Amino acid sequence: MEQITILEGRQKQVFEKKTGVEQLDISCDTSSLSGSVSQRACVFCGSRVVLYPVADALHLVHGPIGCAAYTWDIRGAVSSGPELHRLSFSTDLQEMDVIYGGEKKLYHSLIELIEKYKPKAAFIYSTCIVGLIGDDIEAVCKKVAKETGIPVLPVHSEGFKGTKKDGYKAACHALMKLIGTGSTEGISKYSINILGEFNLAGEAWIIRKYYEKMGIEVVSTLTGDGRIDAVRRAHGASLNVVQCSGSMTWLAKEMEQKYGIPFIRVSYFGIEDMSKSLYDVAKHFPDRTDIMEAAKQVVSEEVKELYPSLQKFKKALSGKKAAIYVGGAFKTFSLIKALRSIGMSVVLAGSQTGNKDDYARLKEMCDEGTVIVDDSNPVELSKFILEKEADLLIGGVKERPIAFKLGIGFCDHNHERKIPLAGFIGMYNFALEVYQSVMSPVWQFAPRKGVKV
Amino acid sequence: MKHAKTATQNACKLCNPLGACLAFRGIENCVPFLHGSQGCATYIRRYLISHYKEPIDIASSNFHEETAVFGGSHNLKIGLKNVSEQYKPAVIGVATTCLSETIGDDVPGILREYKQEFKNGSPMPVLIHASTPSYQGSHIDGFHAAVRATVKTLAEKGARENLINIFPNMISPADIRYLKEILEDFQVPYMLLPDYSQTMDGGPWGEYHRIPPGGTPASVIAMAGSARASIEFGSTLEASKSAAGYLEDAFGVTRYHLSLPIGIKESDKFFSLLETLTQQDRPEKYNDERRRLVDAYADGHKYVFEQKVIIYGEEDLVVGMTAFLSEIGITPVLCASGGKSGLLRKSIKELIPDMDDMGIKVREGVDFVDIEDEAQLLKPDFLIGNSKGYTMSRKNNIPLLRLGFPIHDRFGGQRMHHLGYRGTQELFDRIVNTVIEQRQNASSIGYTYM
Repeated sequence: MEQITILEGRQKQVFEKKTGVEQLDISCDTSSLSGSVSQRACVFCGSRVVLYPVADALHLVHGPIGCAAYTWDIRGAVSSGPELHRLSFSTDLQEMDVIYGGEKKLYHSLIELIEKYKPKAAFIYSTCIVGLIGDDIEAVCKKVAKETGIPVLPVHSEGFKGTKKDGYKAACHALMKLIGTGSTEGISKYSINILGEFNLAGEAWIIRKYYEKMGIEVVSTLTGDGRIDAVRRAHGASLNVVQCSGSMTWLAKEMEQKYGIPFIRVSYFGIEDMSKSLYDVAKHFPDRTDIMEAAKQVVSEEVKELYPSLQKFKKALSGKKAAIYVGGAFKTFSLIKALRSIGMSVVLAGSQTGNKDDYARLKEMCDEGTVIVDDSNPVELSKFILEKEADLLIGGVKERPIAFKLGIGFCDHNHERKIPLAGFIGMYNFALEVYQSVMSPVWQFAPRKGVKV
Repeated sequence: MKHAKTATQNACKLCNPLGACLAFRGIENCVPFLHGSQGCATYIRRYLISHYKEPIDIASSNFHEETAVFGGSHNLKIGLKNVSEQYKPAVIGVATTCLSETIGDDVPGILREYKQEFKNGSPMPVLIHASTPSYQGSHIDGFHAAVRATVKTLAEKGARENLINIFPNMISPADIRYLKEILEDFQVPYMLLPDYSQTMDGGPWGEYHRIPPGGTPASVIAMAGSARASIEFGSTLEASKSAAGYLEDAFGVTRYHLSLPIGIKESDKFFSLLETLTQQDRPEKYNDERRRLVDAYADGHKYVFEQKVIIYGEEDLVVGMTAFLSEIGITPVLCASGGKSGLLRKSIKELIPDMDDMGIKVREGVDFVDIEDEAQLLKPDFLIGNSKGYTMSRKNNIPLLRLGFPIHDRFGGQRMHHLGYRGTQELFDRIVNTVIEQRQNASSIGYTYM
């Protein structure tokens, strides 16, 4: 087979774990290399994914049509009430707007959309060219806020001004402006905010239920099944519980500084991490031993039901090999553990946006010979899938066809999934999906290594 | 009083660069390359993958802040070099974005410099540049811009060959395969562009392919200038924006301009043209296809007669579908498009002169909220168009018959036929079944014969 090499500018973002060999620190937190077909998106994407689930807000994309069209109803972030987030609004800038400025169009768009849809707040996303033509979005937002009486928040998400992570930050910045504007009256001392949980396929509801069973009050979920009024009173919670650390750690730190709310990092994927996320919250309230008791109760009930049902999958999947390439590194840690619990090993682990600490931890967790990549691309992913003879790839939409072309199973662990993978039930769904894909008889027809079947 | 809308709500169009990327995938050994932010390439890949279910690599020059200030020349060159090294392409199709267009990058100039600077390196791919600012037009304009730019870059003058160019517009991989079959059956050499029938709907890989197999080779596109004629589908596609228009101007290759051949009348025009150009009768197999279709029309006519539909999508698809629907007795009470060529009404009128008497309404430059408003007034029996109409279909309880692009909520959009007798047959069957299913569901008796 033809040798596939790693691009010169990317060699520091790929390494293989080998003992006895001195290894370079992985280089990350950098912009993608021009021409390398990164699987990443842009600043706008980062902001859009974080704020998208806020269901009673108007999300207006200020720019040409593409950015709004490609993000119309693409996430499985569900709402228990209003569904304004599932519509797509754009100022649809035309050539003349680019020449003469888009402020007027933005103003009129906002006024008419707010009148029609009566949102609780509006988020205005700037896209690439808005950053160039110099529209004063702040001024337009202020004016509209004054006239309509709702918060109108600019999100500075010009695509080229950084990476997806900067987009997360811009979104958190907009959220910070809302937090602290609502009343905290009646909020229990034993209360939390769930941060970085987007309610894909109803996952936030599952998690929320566990915490409520423990006697914990969930003040707000940022941003899954999100509501503006809940965001406004988030500063009344005693603890921030941060999942998807890439997107929300900044917000947690800001809230810690401004409101003195401590935060912990958790993950809801896999039995081990899911249980830990309940215990860690319980530990935060040591004066109430009943909370810890309730946490133990939840875990024991759930595991008792889950464990036997996993054995069928474990038996079938034992010894199979997985490749993981997802957005955030934190998810990778959980996935490695979850896969091990169903008998699978990990031969490739990587993320779009991990940082140095993340990769150090990954290296520690991984088995000998595991390849670790930052901001990878289809050529590299294919190379390692083939070289390491993976049976499964875990990723998002862009990774899916790579797996299927190469004739291996795939598990969608991205925003579009329709099946909850968080929580104990999520672990069952995850194992089931992996099992159904890896064990499918269709792979018998896939040509392997150039051999015709 | 109702005000004119300012904001676009649930757009019935996509942006210019998407069309260009799809068109470039129809050239053999070609990598599409977007000169702009990383997000453009990623979003477009995701969107195309969800329809075609194929790996779709689109490179990006990945603008940063400094790039936007100082110009994208440096990034573009590094990007081209990296793509050349990693993909070893024969062609790189560079399309611009709103960002690089707004800062005014001179892409042709940068490509010339690049060729000069790297001429002694590895084999130099052909570099094509299409100008596709997203603040102009929609995805279909980007598609045509890329096809025209490809021909402009590659076509050469030569002695007249017995070759027919065919520019089929943005159609499904299955449609492309059918067109190729027809041309092969006529035993006429052809140059079809773009041909993504295999790159966007191919087989499994025993080993890694940098670029999926398939597509029109650059060497074949080079012959386009010496072809005897070009056939171009697309009623609203003007010669000044089209590949065939360019070939006519530059090389005197006659441009035959047809609407998308959907329905018997428009398919007849296409087959007749092929007969004229090749001086031979169509193979009997196509008469058989046509006969079966006429027979099916007879069998199904009562189900469809005087049904009212709304058809939406790219303007040329809407024109073709309108011609077909009107010949089976269905009234397209609204022909709608997010595109805005200014030619939609005129093109429909050319095919259906009594359109106004028939109650056919035409609207360009609309979004799905506009179409939904119309639907509530016009009360169509069903909707015909891509998956993005599902939101209004569900909300208003009007069935949706899916076709075109994108099909994101059904399986096999890439294998759906639309063109010629075969495509029309498939569409007719699906339409009749939509009506039957509706009646069956609405019946309290539960007939097993319908």
